[in-house]
Amino acid sequence: MTAYLLKRLAIAIATLILASMVVFAVLEILPGDPARLMLGLNASAEQVELLRNQMGLNAPLVLRYLHWVGGLLSLDFGRSYTYSVPVIDLVRERMAVSLPLALIALALSTIIAIPVGLYSASRRGRAGDTIAMGAAQLGVAVPNFWFALMLIYLFAVWLRLVPAGGFPGWGAGVWPALKSLLLPAVALALPQAAILARVARSALIEVLNEDYIRTARAKGLPYRAVLWRHALRNAMIPVLTILGLQFAFLLAGTIIIENVFYLPGLGRLVFQAITQRDLVVVESIVMLLVVAVIAVNLVVDVSYAIVDPRLRGRQ
Amino acid sequence: MTLHIDIPEETFGSILAKAFRNRSFLIGFAITVLVVAMALVSYVWTPYDVTKLVISDKTLAPSSAHWFGTDHFGRDILSMIMVGARNSIAVALVAVGIGMGVGVPLGTFAAARGGFVDEALMRLNDLVFAFPALLSAIMITAIFGPGAINAIIAIGIFNIPVFARVARAGALAIWPREFILAARAAGKSKTQISIQHVLPNIATLLLVQGTIQFALGILAEAGLSYVGLGAQPPMPSWGRMLFDAQTRMVVAPWMAIFPGMAIVITVLGLNLLGDGIADILDPKSRRQR
Repeated sequence: MTAYLLKRLAIAIATLILASMVVFAVLEILPGDPARLMLGLNASAEQVELLRNQMGLNAPLVLRYLHWVGGLLSLDFGRSYTYSVPVIDLVRERMAVSLPLALIALALSTIIAIPVGLYSASRRGRAGDTIAMGAAQLGVAVPNFWFALMLIYLFAVWLRLVPAGGFPGWGAGVWPALKSLLLPAVALALPQAAILARVARSALIEVLNEDYIRTARAKGLPYRAVLWRHALRNAMIPVLTILGLQFAFLLAGTIIIENVFYLPGLGRLVFQAITQRDLVVVESIVMLLVVAVIAVNLVVDVSYAIVDPRLRGRQ
Repeated sequence: MTLHIDIPEETFGSILAKAFRNRSFLIGFAITVLVVAMALVSYVWTPYDVTKLVISDKTLAPSSAHWFGTDHFGRDILSMIMVGARNSIAVALVAVGIGMGVGVPLGTFAAARGGFVDEALMRLNDLVFAFPALLSAIMITAIFGPGAINAIIAIGIFNIPVFARVARAGALAIWPREFILAARAAGKSKTQISIQHVLPNIATLLLVQGTIQFALGILAEAGLSYVGLGAQPPMPSWGRMLFDAQTRMVVAPWMAIFPGMAIVITVLGLNLLGDGIADILDPKSRRQR
């Protein structure tokens, strides 16, 4: 077990180091001189050169990389060229929008998908299952930003129940803030719920064919108890994998959705930073997302190994 | 998961008969053919010329003259959807080609060699998977500039590890089989065996994954075009049409409704087609997604 954990951890760290190199290298070849961008077109070559030196842009590549990684480790991400504030402050501020958004979406998707999966699996092949899986098939095909537009049209333009976009900030009270996150969360969650429901259904069907389910039924346990207590628990492994992957996907999915709803979150920040060549911000956020993906996958993998010892040897 | 993919003893006729009984396959196939036909027809005929701006006809509601209405430049939405289909199909198709072309040889090679090569290639895969695909696609198009070609590259790169993983998993299940042992005893090299025996046996898996990635490619292209990084105007694309529609939801909701439905129907058709193919050619395979 310890050996497995160590190996898994080593792989995660190696992936992280490689990923940081890739991010750094990609942004090195990104055209556009940040010093020139900051000073504007009227600045002289000397001024630009001076600022490049101040910003450490003229140091050797390896040194700059090490400096950057060292900064990341101590949560010092550097200063944004365009906002002239520490990147960590920007990230913290925007996280307050993106993280709740992704979490609400994840919760919504789970709340919708698991009961649908249970329902479908227990009525396998019957009309209810066909309808539910037809809906899931449709849900998988829906692009979340289009779904978002339709939601805006229905709930904000027609029914005027929620704002069409923007974010009042948590300072304006929890309810108004939550209200403006509701539509984006639904838009993010529903296509994900469709995928999750399909996975949950097939995992449950597989488990329901196992001998111990027949034994549980044979000893007189009611079907409902078997379904919830025995089947669902054992079907959780594939479901958890997808959930882990989806969290990363949801964080990234916020990039487009935040642009649809004009939400001041991480996604909108990174998108603006790319168009404004604000490299430090882009680097930091990409790395942050990569760390999140790797960490979530590590946690999911390790928790399987704890739950199910048979999985330890497998790839 | 172990996969047993037997070389079909079935004839082409019996597969065809099965295909005609498979509902997913039939619906998916019909939709796919329809979308492709629509794209092809757009080269020779569209109801209206999509390059001509008729400002006097701007944001007309759907009518018998314009079935899906017109956009803010007076262009016919149906005609634009037809022309936009070309772009979606081309981008997704080439992206799948890139993914298969690079990923499948990598995956089969990793499975054939095993050991360090396998481990290294799979860790590289993990590396690509660690980057949220959409974010990376946005970065790639931001670096090399927006446009259909860069969108293809960005989406294609993320197809590589998917196909590498599927090919490797499929190939690993084939290698322990008796007929591979026979081929090795006959003195064939690992490369020969991979090409002559392993590839034909994982073709079904690859075909099914190909349709899934094709569908995902269409979604990704729409997303990139929507944020302005895909096909550039005046080339109509479904994602771009949705972007234009966004600020006009109140006056012209049809500008958003129809291009979105085109995406949904196309992706749905491809997914059904993939399900159908999987069922027909290999009833035992359970799709993982």
